[in-house]
Amino acid sequence: MNKRKISTPSLLWRVFKRDITVAWRRRSDITSVFFFFMIATSLFPLGLGADTHLLHAIAPSVLWVCALLSCMLSLPRMFATDYMDGTLEQLIISNQPLLLIALMKILAHWVISGLPLVLIAPLIGLQFNLSNNELQMLAFSLLLGTPSLSLIGGIGAALTLGLRGGGVLVALLVLPLYIPVLVFGAGAVNAVSIGMNATGGLSLLGAVLALALIFAPLTASYALKVAVE
Amino acid sequence: MNLFKYASPQTFYPLAGRLIPFFAIGAGLFIIYGLYIGMLVAPTDFQQGDAYRIIYVHVPAAWFSMFLYVVMAVYAILGLSLNAKLSFMMAKSIAPTGAMFTFVALITGAFWGRPTWGAWWVWDARLTSELILLFLYIGYMSLQAGIDDTRRSDRASAILAIVGVINVPIIYFSVKWWNTLHQGSSINTSGSSMAAVMLQAMLIMALGFWLYSAAVILTRVRREIEDRARATAWLNEFKD
Repeated sequence: MNKRKISTPSLLWRVFKRDITVAWRRRSDITSVFFFFMIATSLFPLGLGADTHLLHAIAPSVLWVCALLSCMLSLPRMFATDYMDGTLEQLIISNQPLLLIALMKILAHWVISGLPLVLIAPLIGLQFNLSNNELQMLAFSLLLGTPSLSLIGGIGAALTLGLRGGGVLVALLVLPLYIPVLVFGAGAVNAVSIGMNATGGLSLLGAVLALALIFAPLTASYALKVAVE
Repeated sequence: MNLFKYASPQTFYPLAGRLIPFFAIGAGLFIIYGLYIGMLVAPTDFQQGDAYRIIYVHVPAAWFSMFLYVVMAVYAILGLSLNAKLSFMMAKSIAPTGAMFTFVALITGAFWGRPTWGAWWVWDARLTSELILLFLYIGYMSLQAGIDDTRRSDRASAILAIVGVINVPIIYFSVKWWNTLHQGSSINTSGSSMAAVMLQAMLIMALGFWLYSAAVILTRVRREIEDRARATAWLNEFKD
């Protein structure tokens, strides 16, 4: 048996790398969220009709709302497998800072399900006739906003760990808390569309991220302890 | 005197039982008196006619929808920090009443908005944040109901209540900002120009709602205590 003591940074790196590896080996999990985002956004033109002006006007909100939903759909996976096979229990009793472990798992979740959205969103934005400036702002606001979605979502995922109907429940808990991110993110892109300054929205998006970065891992790790004990 | 004497379900249960009738009767008297002043004594508004009279229900309901959420979060904090079972039960019992007041505030607001603004609903900052408050209550109650193990459901929903109460101001300001970006502010409620008798009726109604909340919440806590203490012996002393 290997009794070598693992230093905290090394453990955190392993937690992060493990989550990425596991996700990479089950690539369909990543791609399904990715394709959901593409399908959901293309439903709006089909429902609204092909009016270019109308589609251009609603594009920032549509893309942001669909990003919210995609992010939320992948939340139950954040801790679920570790909870089922007992890894989470081992991590909690490992005498390592659970707060940082939770942060690593949230970060891995963002890399797996938030970052792909940031990368694909400009391409979908093109379908809605967004201009260059708007596309840049869209990608940038998503880059700044999706980490907050993973962080806040981490609390919801931890609270609903292992519950029946956890998927719908997590939506009820997390979507109201996502509203500020949606307002500031879509607001920043909309501001660019009407030729206004978007720094206000971006600053607030950054402020939400800073707050979430401090409080969300703390709350999520506490919720994980509650779920496991 | 021991301040924490009534912090245990065992001593709180009979105390609540004795207090509930007073709260209930008081609630009935104050609400009837408040409605009487609001509906019959207070003058008709020269701009809005009699339609404005719904504010005697609407405004106190809106106050209590927000106030009860904060009280719920305070009990959640007490529960988590002192590990007090009764606090969790209080938080759990407050949620349905808070959600009810939120719903009443939204419905009466719609009844008021229809004749005054010509629309049942506008996406105004206040209305929207009240709607989101209802969503927060629904989330809290769903989580509470979704976990079978009481210890875990108490703690998990307490965490959610605290996260929610931190978010309420952020949500309110985000909605306000969103509102100013999309459309000009459509309403301007001025509270100070109100006649004294109107304010009086509103405060009496608020007092009535407060007593009502106390009566209903204590009743619900008693049911909760009964539910959780079914297997213990002390409960039978009060069953006769």
